[in-house]
Amino acid sequence: MGEVRLLLGNEACALGALAAGCRFYAGYPITPSSEIAETLAELLPAAGGIFVQMEDEIASLAACLGAALGGMKAMTATSGPGFSLMQEHIGFAAATEIPCVIVNVMRGGPSTGLPTAPAQGDVQQARWGTHGDHPIIVLAPASAREVFDQTVAAFAHAERFRTPVILLYDEVIAHLRERVDLPDRVPVVARPAPGPGPYRPYAAANGEVAPLAVFGAGHRFHVTGLAHDDRGFPAQDPAVVAAMHHRLQQKLLVHRDEIVRCETWLMDDAEIAVVAFGIVARAARAAVRQARRQGIRAGLFRPTTLWPFPDEEVRAAAARVHTFIVAEMNLGQVILEVERAARGAAAVVGCLRADGEPITPAEILETFAAVPSRR
Amino acid sequence: METRHYLRSDMMPHLLCPGCGHGIVLQSLLRAIASLELDRDRVAVVAGIGCSSRLAGYVDFCSLHATHGRAPAFATGLKLARPELTVIVITGDGDGLAIGGNHLIHAARRNIGLFCLLFNNAIYGMTGGQVAPTTPLGRRGTTAPFGSVEPPFDACRLMTAAGATFVARGISYEPGPLQALCEAGLRHEGFAFLEVISDCPEFYGRYNRLGRGPEMIQAQKRHTATVGPLLARKAVLGPTALPEVPADLRTGVLHREVRPEFARVIRAGTGTGAP
Repeated sequence: MGEVRLLLGNEACALGALAAGCRFYAGYPITPSSEIAETLAELLPAAGGIFVQMEDEIASLAACLGAALGGMKAMTATSGPGFSLMQEHIGFAAATEIPCVIVNVMRGGPSTGLPTAPAQGDVQQARWGTHGDHPIIVLAPASAREVFDQTVAAFAHAERFRTPVILLYDEVIAHLRERVDLPDRVPVVARPAPGPGPYRPYAAANGEVAPLAVFGAGHRFHVTGLAHDDRGFPAQDPAVVAAMHHRLQQKLLVHRDEIVRCETWLMDDAEIAVVAFGIVARAARAAVRQARRQGIRAGLFRPTTLWPFPDEEVRAAAARVHTFIVAEMNLGQVILEVERAARGAAAVVGCLRADGEPITPAEILETFAAVPSRR
Repeated sequence: METRHYLRSDMMPHLLCPGCGHGIVLQSLLRAIASLELDRDRVAVVAGIGCSSRLAGYVDFCSLHATHGRAPAFATGLKLARPELTVIVITGDGDGLAIGGNHLIHAARRNIGLFCLLFNNAIYGMTGGQVAPTTPLGRRGTTAPFGSVEPPFDACRLMTAAGATFVARGISYEPGPLQALCEAGLRHEGFAFLEVISDCPEFYGRYNRLGRGPEMIQAQKRHTATVGPLLARKAVLGPTALPEVPADLRTGVLHREVRPEFARVIRAGTGTGAP
């Protein structure tokens, strides 16, 4: 066992990034994410890394992508309004397949919204916020330790799949100060280097990725946000563009089992499953425990990967439970995915709240009361 | 001086219009790179969106055709990660001074070691001739059919005020002096800014009845005047000695100062600028 620390979720994120080999951070101040920047501003220089505060969030992610092309593992962190500004470059990173990690600590929206009260209103934006079809991975931790672990996992996925990875958690998780047993070491994924000879930065079988060369390391190549062929040169030939899109789509779908993770608790005999993530999942756990005491066969289904959405896992659960209660701090975002994945095999009811206050166990229990005991 | 080997032949034909001055400017840049004998594997070109930014795809270096206006921010990250690279930013007047103005002034303020080449043709060419923040008052574009009502930016004064430590202006009419300015900018330690007045006969020239390419670049010659010691073969005159030439039409090296380069400062880890 490694060091034991009392850490904010945001501090755990910064430490996870360092452990994963992140050596570049560019960001812009915004509550409730700023402790990530502040922690890394202090720790990165001693680790041989670079911290830079940019002029806005657009520039922050741009600088990360430039540094990633220079061979560094790079991260930025923000909250709602800044996340909106980053969407252009999330799409650029997805299209050009540049690895990077983006942390979005969710606060109430829309617009300036509720600084700094918790929310979970950016679930669909994290998936679809940038224009055009594109792959994305979104992870959702629910404790300071899990923030650490998932930050490490985010870097591993980013390098493995050459994709932007979004770490999505709410303000409560960000500012919850918890005991964290830091692991002695974490798995660090190194970026594979292309071999000598002609280099095609996008030449890979369907569902796979080519190694990403580093600028200045000997391979001269082109990176563009235009639709491109496997050399990286602009392309408009429909067959070439279709192949690019298909491979981008497939590279996460083919490997979804490496990416998609869910936690289930008391689900074996459950008739009603609460689906929740982030801080709400912790309220849901208490609600499930209390429901069991009342004789209700309740269980918890907690996706820790939000995108790709755990369709198969929800579908399998839908064959066993008669009702899903989806509890989330928004007006209905994960519930859409649960309904889609359940395909009518189980009823889906919401326990939704978007007023800047976390959902309580009592509210979830009240939702239980409204669910018919049998279908 | 042979520069053809710097071009990606399989990217040809290029998309520039007949009479466009951008090719002359690129040639001057490539001659400067050849003249300085830069290791081509250690040159990176970072560009935004627009006609000039497309040049990044045609040159056989590491090249990043980024998003509209954001090239200085991408280049800042790259330079911080790989300070040994010569990082060239290619931008246009719309890309650099409108949508990307914020990134440009902050790159200048930091004095990050980039050579930024801004192609100013006073119009949005790629999108079909809309007015730009450099379109002179009264000149026409598709979005100013009765003439522009907005005063234009003087990019060099803007960059000087923002903190750029090397600021120069050239014209596509003079590829020789332009090459010299590129060499000086590439050698400069810190943020070097070179505005090049280029011509867009297809839109700006046509909408404003300024003639084709040859007439337009000859007009550059008539309307500009060179200052500063770099182009000493012409009249050496300080800016104040040219009252009849507006500031935004003066060419040559307009400003130079010595300040610590940002990548060195940040890598020193002290934040004081001490190496």
